[in-house]
Amino acid sequence: MAKIVAVTGNEAVANALRQVNPDVCAAYPITPQTDMMQRFSSFVSDGKVKTELILVESEHSSMSACVGASAAGGRVITATSSQGLALMNEILYIASGTRLPIVMPVVNRALSAPLNIHGDHSDAMYARDTGWIQLWSENAQEAYDNTIQAFPIAEHIDIRLPVMICLDGFIISHSIERIEYLDDEQVQNFVGDFKQLYPLLDIQHPVSYGPLILPDYYMEFRRAQAEVNTKVSKVVLDVASDFEKLSGRKYGLFETYRLEDAEIGIVILNSAAGTTKDVIDEFRNKGIKAGLLKPRLYRPFPYEETGEALKHLKALCVLDRADCFGSSFGPVYSDIAASLYPFKDKPVLVNKIYGLGGRDYLPEHAEIVLNELVDIAETGKVKSYKEYIGVRE
Amino acid sequence: MKLKNWKEVNPGSVITEPGSSEKFKTGSWRSSKPVWKEENCIQCLFCWIYCPDNAVKVKDGKRGEFDYEYCKGCGICALECPGKKGNKAIIMVEEGK
Ligand code: SF4
Ligand code: SF4
Repeated sequence: MAKIVAVTGNEAVANALRQVNPDVCAAYPITPQTDMMQRFSSFVSDGKVKTELILVESEHSSMSACVGASAAGGRVITATSSQGLALMNEILYIASGTRLPIVMPVVNRALSAPLNIHGDHSDAMYARDTGWIQLWSENAQEAYDNTIQAFPIAEHIDIRLPVMICLDGFIISHSIERIEYLDDEQVQNFVGDFKQLYPLLDIQHPVSYGPLILPDYYMEFRRAQAEVNTKVSKVVLDVASDFEKLSGRKYGLFETYRLEDAEIGIVILNSAAGTTKDVIDEFRNKGIKAGLLKPRLYRPFPYEETGEALKHLKALCVLDRADCFGSSFGPVYSDIAASLYPFKDKPVLVNKIYGLGGRDYLPEHAEIVLNELVDIAETGKVKSYKEYIGVRE
Repeated sequence: MKLKNWKEVNPGSVITEPGSSEKFKTGSWRSSKPVWKEENCIQCLFCWIYCPDNAVKVKDGKRGEFDYEYCKGCGICALECPGKKGNKAIIMVEEGK
């Protein structure tokens, strides 16, 4: 039986982790994640989980401890934000290249400098090519559901890759929402037992992790890792369909909102999608055919399916909550452009950067974008392909 | 030996054959090689303790020859060797000279 509660995003994800009851957690505090791992460590102290909690001196160490514990044969978690994720960088590649199914909520926060503790996507976006699977979440419910689904995805025998669950710092991590919890037993059955393919602790079958692979083999291993990524979408959909049977909540590679018959559209990640959907409803009421696509599986990115879902539009704006310096466009824009490139007929595509460092994204911002898209759809004229919204000019 | 293709390699480059590092002949890395001057050797076996590649052979408690299949020429043994009266019992000689 589902239990309805009013909790913050951090609390919801901590509770999902308690229900999974992982073997090992190595964590280091960082705002806005701190309160999630603080809650989880209370579960450890109170005997609510059997998890071995390793308190480390940095995120580089937390991810390193996770790598060791996962290779040893444990089901392993950690969580981080911003600078913490940046400090893990080196080990993120080792976790994915070594095919270790570590699960890590990332409470999205801006990167320094300037120093800022509030929500934007620059942390997880820098890590998009580290070989980790990324699931993005609009609200606390999605963060909770994605956390539970992350385990069978990461640990699937065809995949064995680490997963990040992204949720917006403060906006979701610290706001109270109504969400539905599954029963502990339901979650336990859903995630099942984890069996490491080559556990280091199986002394009857000794193995070595992390060998030196020289030019005669390195490329073969990288090619094999690329191949695994092509199998992720199917596993994500299979796990989503099992999860729907359990929870009644439907998940896909991405969510579409009033998109099928739309003429103009917005692509936007995480919490800002909720605000945008409201404004889309207002435009629909005025007879304007607007729609939205919100990516969920952002890495590996489902290029074909996304392009297919967007190609019929006349004008499309990708809103990025992270900027890419040195390249002209935001990260999501570049992926959407690549997904549309193979199609002969495709929308005019523009990019807006918004909400950096926790700057509010308001309904009026969505209105400005949609009005501009109406103009572009009518005239085919674009005044600027990339702009910043909500910034003082 | 036929090299495996990308479909045949082990996930995550995990090595499942114990002791297989024996097949990895690091001797080909060497640009200079240690040469043993037995006349200066005091049999302290520092070279045997310090060698990271187990490339100093010892038999019946006595210092033997280098194993050049694995010696990668790091020079640690030559540095640590006390020798006799200031004369080193190991000197490094550039390969090919
Ligand atoms: S360190 Fe030098 S003196 Fe000592 S055993 Fe080795 S070669 Fe001989
Ligand atoms: S040069 Fe290095 S590898 Fe070779 S025998 Fe001396 S210590 Fe060992």
